[in-house]
Amino acid sequence: MTTASLEFEKPLVELEKQIEELKRLAGDRQLDVASELAPLEKKLIELRDEIYRNLSPWQRVLVARSNKRPFTLDYLRLAFTDFVELHGDRLYREDPAIVGGWARLDGDSVMVIGHQRGRDTKEIVRRNFGMPHPEGYRKALRLMKLAEKFHVPVLTFIDTMGAWAGLGAEERGQSEAIAHNLFEMSRLKVPILATVIGEGGSGGALGLGVADRVMMLENSVYSVISVEGCAAILWKDGKSPEMREKAASALKITAADLYELRVIDEIVPEPPGGAHADYETVAASLKEALVRHLDELSRLKPDKLVRRRREKFLRMGQYLE
Amino acid sequence: MAWFRKEKKPRQPRREKLEIPADVWEKCEACGHTDIREKFVRNLNVCPSCDHHRRIRAGEYAAILLDDGTIEELEESLRSTDPLGFPEYPARLKKAAKNAGDADALLAVGGMMDGAPVNLGVMDFAFMGGSMGSVVGEKIARLGQRSLERKYPLIIVSASGGARMQEGVLSLMQMAKVSAMLAQLAERRIPYVSILTNPTTGGVSASYAMLGDAIIAEPGAVIGFAGPRVIKQTLGQDLPEGFQTSEFLLDHGMLDTVVHRKELKKTVSQLLRHMSGKPAAAGWTST
Repeated sequence: MTTASLEFEKPLVELEKQIEELKRLAGDRQLDVASELAPLEKKLIELRDEIYRNLSPWQRVLVARSNKRPFTLDYLRLAFTDFVELHGDRLYREDPAIVGGWARLDGDSVMVIGHQRGRDTKEIVRRNFGMPHPEGYRKALRLMKLAEKFHVPVLTFIDTMGAWAGLGAEERGQSEAIAHNLFEMSRLKVPILATVIGEGGSGGALGLGVADRVMMLENSVYSVISVEGCAAILWKDGKSPEMREKAASALKITAADLYELRVIDEIVPEPPGGAHADYETVAASLKEALVRHLDELSRLKPDKLVRRRREKFLRMGQYLE
Repeated sequence: MAWFRKEKKPRQPRREKLEIPADVWEKCEACGHTDIREKFVRNLNVCPSCDHHRRIRAGEYAAILLDDGTIEELEESLRSTDPLGFPEYPARLKKAAKNAGDADALLAVGGMMDGAPVNLGVMDFAFMGGSMGSVVGEKIARLGQRSLERKYPLIIVSASGGARMQEGVLSLMQMAKVSAMLAQLAERRIPYVSILTNPTTGGVSASYAMLGDAIIAEPGAVIGFAGPRVIKQTLGQDLPEGFQTSEFLLDHGMLDTVVHRKELKKTVSQLLRHMSGKPAAAGWTST
């Protein structure tokens, strides 16, 4: 798979081209190029590793947002079986920016709910960039309640720039929908695991994010405000790369930052070159982490589970006294 | 021909001229009505002409809602810190404290409302736009805990642009923190009343502001998830008249009622008595 699409991945593209070219030549002329190919491929791996080890926070935002990355439905395909999608909030409409339904993880039934973005233009528009309306959050809550009814854990995947800011979303109570999810998720009597797989944008992310364990993929980000929004408010410049870089660093939005702030419990490693370089590997890592956490959480009685979840969130924040 | 010639006398004012110094005048931001400050104050800082509810400080709000002489500040020692090392945040905090006091963006008090004990949190827009950081979240959580222990109702008056970005994702988590506390109050059947004032947007509206057993707004307040500016940007066009006002939200089923500041204490008090099985306070008619 050609993985490069981002500015800082340009050197990789060059190298990949060279390798392809060499292979093509070799094929055409039946030459043995293994001795030339090996160092190039080794260099590619090293370079990719190097680039990804040194991503700046803003570059990580770009990676997290890339539509080459695996989305919720990709993980459903790769790490789960027996998926049956459920639609609609039973109140107003179906919101394709959030998908959800029954699935099996290692043979056990779970409820999977996640933001869903689109890859091509038509799908991007249909999924509204993965930015849900209130109906998306209400559907999510409906499915969580359904899972609770049948004693099945809830797994959420967070991948949104934020909840949609528009007329209809406001008219139908975007705030109420998100608030209600926070409230109900803090008392749901089944295990909840949340994983940020791409961008975790503000309240629209948290609306699926109140969980017993919160994880982030290595190159995902999680923030209270978009980097551009922060730069625009503070420095009246949301567009220049310098200000974006400054805001992205200041906001502390990378997985490592959040782990240090004790907001998340685990960082799920991505393969060299990021999740988009190797879907199978990242899906396997994710699956391993999900199974492990579920195994631990399933030993807790519902009351204890809820109490611990509440305590976890009640501890959050830093202040002086 | 002097009989029709008017005698020139200096005009005498009929009354003594009122000597009013310039600084006692107040002008309504909404309609331009000018009146002496005393009149605004007596009207709880609502414009006597157009009913525009002016923004007031948290302490003034507490005085409107609670009985005289019963107000006691709680958790006053909590201070914001700078967990991210965010550019200019310590300086901004210092400035905000100088201008708006040490209570941060939420004043937590205990007191009596028509003789019944309550816990009250009032957001203060004067402190960094009422932004919600760790201190705001912790104060509400502690007020909630106090309500749990004493079975006192909780009231929160919101006035906020949303989460405080200088505390990054920790601010975001305050939404979950406070919601988790409110869920505990709900399970123990302790009433929680949410009062929305101008403005209530962002992370505050998408958490505790919208979770009240009763949600009451002041007239004309801007209430919404995204601020009007952001929506205008997404749409690329102007917003309809009255969009995201209290009255708009009432029409769309998002609020229980919109109440004039003068009626607020009585309304909240009535609601709390309904919800906690207490008889009506003395002196109220049944109308």
